[in-house]
Amino acid sequence: MKRDEKPSLMRGSHIVAEAAVRAGCRYYFGYPITPQNELPEYMSRRLPEVGGTFVQAESEIASINMVIGASMAGARVMTSSSSPGISLKQEGISYLGGLELPAVIVNMMRGGPGLGNIAPSQSDYFQATRGGGHGDYRTIVLAPASGQELCDLTYRAFDLADHYRNPVLILADGMMGQMMEPVRFPVLRDVQKLPKKPWTITGAKGRKSHFIRSLILDPGQMEEHNWKLIRKYEQITDQEVQYETFKTEDAKLVIVAFGTAARIAKAAVKRARAEGLPVGLLRPITLWPYPKKALRELSKHAKHFFVFELNAGQMVEDVQLALKGDADVFFYGRPGGVVPNPAEIARIISRQFFQKEIV
Amino acid sequence: MKGSIKIDSNLCKGCGLCVETCPNGVIEIGSQRNGMGYFYAVAKKTSKKAENGRGCTGCTLCAIMCPEVAIEVCREER
Amino acid sequence: MKKVFSRPKLLKPNPFHYCPGCGHSLLHRVVAEVIEEMEADEIAIGIPPAGCAVLAYNYFDVDMGEAAHGRGAALATGVKRVLPDHLVFTYQGDGDIAAIGTAETVHAANRGEKITCIFVNNAVYGMTGGQMAPTTILGQPTTTSPGGRTGNRDGFPLNLSEMLAVTRGSAYIERTSVTTPAGIRATKKAVRKAFEIQLQGLGFTLVEVLSPCPTNLKMSPADACKWVDTEMVNFFPLGVIKDITAPQENHDAH
Repeated sequence: MKRDEKPSLMRGSHIVAEAAVRAGCRYYFGYPITPQNELPEYMSRRLPEVGGTFVQAESEIASINMVIGASMAGARVMTSSSSPGISLKQEGISYLGGLELPAVIVNMMRGGPGLGNIAPSQSDYFQATRGGGHGDYRTIVLAPASGQELCDLTYRAFDLADHYRNPVLILADGMMGQMMEPVRFPVLRDVQKLPKKPWTITGAKGRKSHFIRSLILDPGQMEEHNWKLIRKYEQITDQEVQYETFKTEDAKLVIVAFGTAARIAKAAVKRARAEGLPVGLLRPITLWPYPKKALRELSKHAKHFFVFELNAGQMVEDVQLALKGDADVFFYGRPGGVVPNPAEIARIISRQFFQKEIV
Repeated sequence: MKGSIKIDSNLCKGCGLCVETCPNGVIEIGSQRNGMGYFYAVAKKTSKKAENGRGCTGCTLCAIMCPEVAIEVCREER
Repeated sequence: MKKVFSRPKLLKPNPFHYCPGCGHSLLHRVVAEVIEEMEADEIAIGIPPAGCAVLAYNYFDVDMGEAAHGRGAALATGVKRVLPDHLVFTYQGDGDIAAIGTAETVHAANRGEKITCIFVNNAVYGMTGGQMAPTTILGQPTTTSPGGRTGNRDGFPLNLSEMLAVTRGSAYIERTSVTTPAGIRATKKAVRKAFEIQLQGLGFTLVEVLSPCPTNLKMSPADACKWVDTEMVNFFPLGVIKDITAPQENHDAH
């Protein structure tokens, strides 16, 4: 992939927006909510420069339905929001799943439930990875942990969405959105050269008319459609799992964390290693599909897993499901938008080694 | 002017709006059921259609009012 | 003999699933005829709703994309912004457009989205079995307004078209009916005008069509039509509500 020669120093929300434009996104529909307002603001300036369209909708519900319309018409399209707004979008995300439409949705998570607060949190893990709305469906969930990854995963999200005809969710948080880091963007893509989509509704010119719908009244046909979706999800699970490991080769204890929590955990691992403790980090990059095989592989030599999340314990269930009781799983979390520092996590690592007599 | 209508008995649901609409009373609900189970509308036999002595003029009002788009109308060209 | 009336080509040969005497299929035919006469079948994109017309794509032989309940105007916004030269229309019932989709509709009108909403008002929730609609008239009994709608208990019938006429982005709004041949002709004229104004890019357009629902009114088709003509029109008067192309009008648009 060809990239800009010079890096740009930008905040997370702007990185996501620019990466989307580079990937060929020309339509953005959204509604303001903190902490992601910089993203629509950037899009409102940037999209007209590349012949695109920005619409500030009257609600999150309207904006996700505009996304559906633009996607049906064949465009690369995006919306973004933060936790309470993503709840409102779930109706449309379920339709995107049922209609098999590509779209990219960004969630800069904040503390919840309810209105919660505007501090960084990871409390929407369940909502993101279990579908979120009604019905049997999945969204691909990508969890960036750096400026460069915000860029690269956003860029990739559009390709994944088009390839699988499925919604893709970028799951970050208020901290990722506000933080400034240097990033090297891929060069602007020629939208004319993107793969054609024969299933779109663009007017029945030179072909028979067709329709896109999620209503399938016949239970037999609906079941068939469900199995078709499930087969697609199995294919995604086989091919698209992504994760990072850090110092896990000889680790007796493995921290599992994603996004902002993983950055804190990585610093804690370095501190603990300096004390001589054999600890490593597994950082899932795709939260759905989840790196279950990687966890099971690690459990061959590491019998202690420490799940750290900025919530009250959600991803820990996926870790437990993956390990099937073969290893000890310990959880530590800080919900409500509290972000602990690496020293706090390093202390907990040391305590685990001491209490559980890990040698 | 002389006209004639053709009612598609497979599409008709016997709602009777054509019967109500026809200014010359040339349509009636028949005694036969179609595949959907409805008594469908039919053009009256010639001997019966002399309500005002005019018969079908091909005015198309019945077809315009037919919710099933089941009526085709022909008219004699002058 | 010359054929003077036949099924429009843009209506697929499928039998309609609607109840006997329903106004929906009448309106389907009118819309199909207009698209055919405008030779717009290659640029037409329809957005069917949730409601009785949810299967409209089985009848219209143009590209169609189904919307969630009430979200037609938002979805059409997305389609039209990507394909600005296309003829984009939603087809929505009263519950869809005037209850759950009020916000989407008002704001699409206010943004002046170049789309056309075909709004079928039959004063009742048809598909779910006859519950009170936002447009159920006072005194009209439904399964959720037993004894007849009262303003005090149930609220009042909503005049969405008049509301939308107030928005600066709306260009053309007319209310017609499909209960008589004359009403059907007027409806066809209104739909054509709305489509033309959309393609001229003048703003948001909507045609509200009063339509009989004999099943849920518990009347014969003929009586249901009479009920619309004599009772419903008292709350929803027929005629042009807004037309920025009319020379004598002086609306504050754009």
